[in-house]
Amino acid sequence: MIEVRHLTKSYGPKKAVNDISFTAEDGQVLGFLGPNGAGKSTTMNILTGYISSTEGQAFINGVDILEDPIKAKSFIGYLPEQPPLYFDMTVDEYLSFVYSLKKCRLPKKSHLNEICDIVKLTDVRKRLIKNLSKGYKQRVGFAQALVGNPKVLILDEPTVGLDPKQIIEIRTLIKRLGRNHTVILSSHILPEVQAVCDRIVVINKGRIVANDNADSLARNLSADHKLVLHIEGGSEEVKKLLGSVTDVERVFVGRQVDERVWEYHVEAKEGADVRREIFRKLAARNYPILLMRSNELSLEEVFLKLTTGDEYGGAEKLERKFDRIEKGEDKK
Amino acid sequence: MTAIMKRELSAYFKSPIGYVFIAVSFLFSGFFFWYFALSIGSTDVSFVFLGMFYVYMIFVPVLTMRLMADENKQRTDQLLLTAPVGLMRLVAGKFLSAYCVFMLGDIVMLIYGVVMSFLATVNWAIILGNFVALALIGAVFVSAGLFVSTLTESQMVAAIGSIALNAALSLITVIASIIPVQAIADIISKLAVFDRYYEFTTGIFSLSGVIFFISVVVVFMFLTVRVLERRRWA
Repeated sequence: MIEVRHLTKSYGPKKAVNDISFTAEDGQVLGFLGPNGAGKSTTMNILTGYISSTEGQAFINGVDILEDPIKAKSFIGYLPEQPPLYFDMTVDEYLSFVYSLKKCRLPKKSHLNEICDIVKLTDVRKRLIKNLSKGYKQRVGFAQALVGNPKVLILDEPTVGLDPKQIIEIRTLIKRLGRNHTVILSSHILPEVQAVCDRIVVINKGRIVANDNADSLARNLSADHKLVLHIEGGSEEVKKLLGSVTDVERVFVGRQVDERVWEYHVEAKEGADVRREIFRKLAARNYPILLMRSNELSLEEVFLKLTTGDEYGGAEKLERKFDRIEKGEDKK
Repeated sequence: MTAIMKRELSAYFKSPIGYVFIAVSFLFSGFFFWYFALSIGSTDVSFVFLGMFYVYMIFVPVLTMRLMADENKQRTDQLLLTAPVGLMRLVAGKFLSAYCVFMLGDIVMLIYGVVMSFLATVNWAIILGNFVALALIGAVFVSAGLFVSTLTESQMVAAIGSIALNAALSLITVIASIIPVQAIADIISKLAVFDRYYEFTTGIFSLSGVIFFISVVVVFMFLTVRVLERRRWA
């Protein structure tokens, strides 16, 4: 179990991590999601005792990482962003070095065999690490974290640099390990976190912006009064038509989906259900609706909404700005 | 500690550094032995050892430069510092590995003594005194090099920095002599590594000297630990 209380890390006036608290229970995979530079690696480095926190506490299985670092570290298997490999060693030499470094007491041969089996390294055990491909190096890093069968696994972007097949393998592996370990993994790949994690902590600019399980995160942020439509027909007329529907406040024309098919974002008053009227109006003018869905945000959108305060994200924001400029509302 | 020491030792002999260091030791000590002793029929080995003092001042940093600098650069320090190992053990493991290689180069000096003893009567007190002195000064150079290596990511900077530090340590007497304030000069000259070294080379074994050198080594190892700690707190 990992418990983090009010963790803050300052570099001078800049706060890399700002008052974050969360808990990862046993048998739980916790995803740490955030853009680059959000403070994911900093938090992980604090949890593993590589750097200290400026304020706050981190407990690994109830042991404060600052008070008894050696004991706390003995519970942790850590895969840093860049796997800490010695290129002049073979995989076997490296793993047995880690084995003795961690003062592991499990039967050495069978334990290392098992690990190599799990991460599929058995074929390259006699090879020098420097000659391995990036995917294999990542696996050696993973294997290193597993040595000693630690209760807590902290994995910093574990699937970076792997090919799609390897990514699926590693994800399956993490899920399997999650059953009897506490796993924290960081990522900026949303489907990955969605696929693997029970719980998601979204972090941006050093602060936690959401901490929930994946499904309810999307549900809580869903917006029924916002619709996404694909409609066949001239975009200007359709836009006007949509705008004339009762309670509709704003209509944006999105990307062109197909020849003569555009995407539209409709925002109605909160609580209003405008779907029926939209259908009738468009049907009357013979504009086929090819798709209509309420804007239940995907994790991608949730993420953008949480971190930029806008579910349409950067690109569409820009589009809206252009819209305003065209209308002459924005003179800049 | 033993795990780190074993890894470092194997790293020395997987790269040319270990062999090069030992070869340089043998080459220079052999040359000095021939030039200052064999060729002129002298049993006075002081100059042989003194020559090696300067050789080690410059070449021990080659041995120590990668100890931590390389870890810092390759980010493998993340493995060491997040492993359940105390920092002092980590530093001690590093120190001992480099010191073992140093001693492999240094031990040949005793063989020269044995060679001479076949040809003439030798003063073993002087030879052993010089040998112990060189072994102790080697420990100082290794610990100083390890300390400097911890400060940087670049092996080159580590090497040059350690040579400078070793030179400064060896020249403390000179530095003290140019300081105008007598009290400060006195204090500094008490730290003079070379004076202590010189005491041994006259064949006088002094316990205070041994303690002095060991203290210097411990101070550098402590400083190394502090640097590693400080990075955590930065």
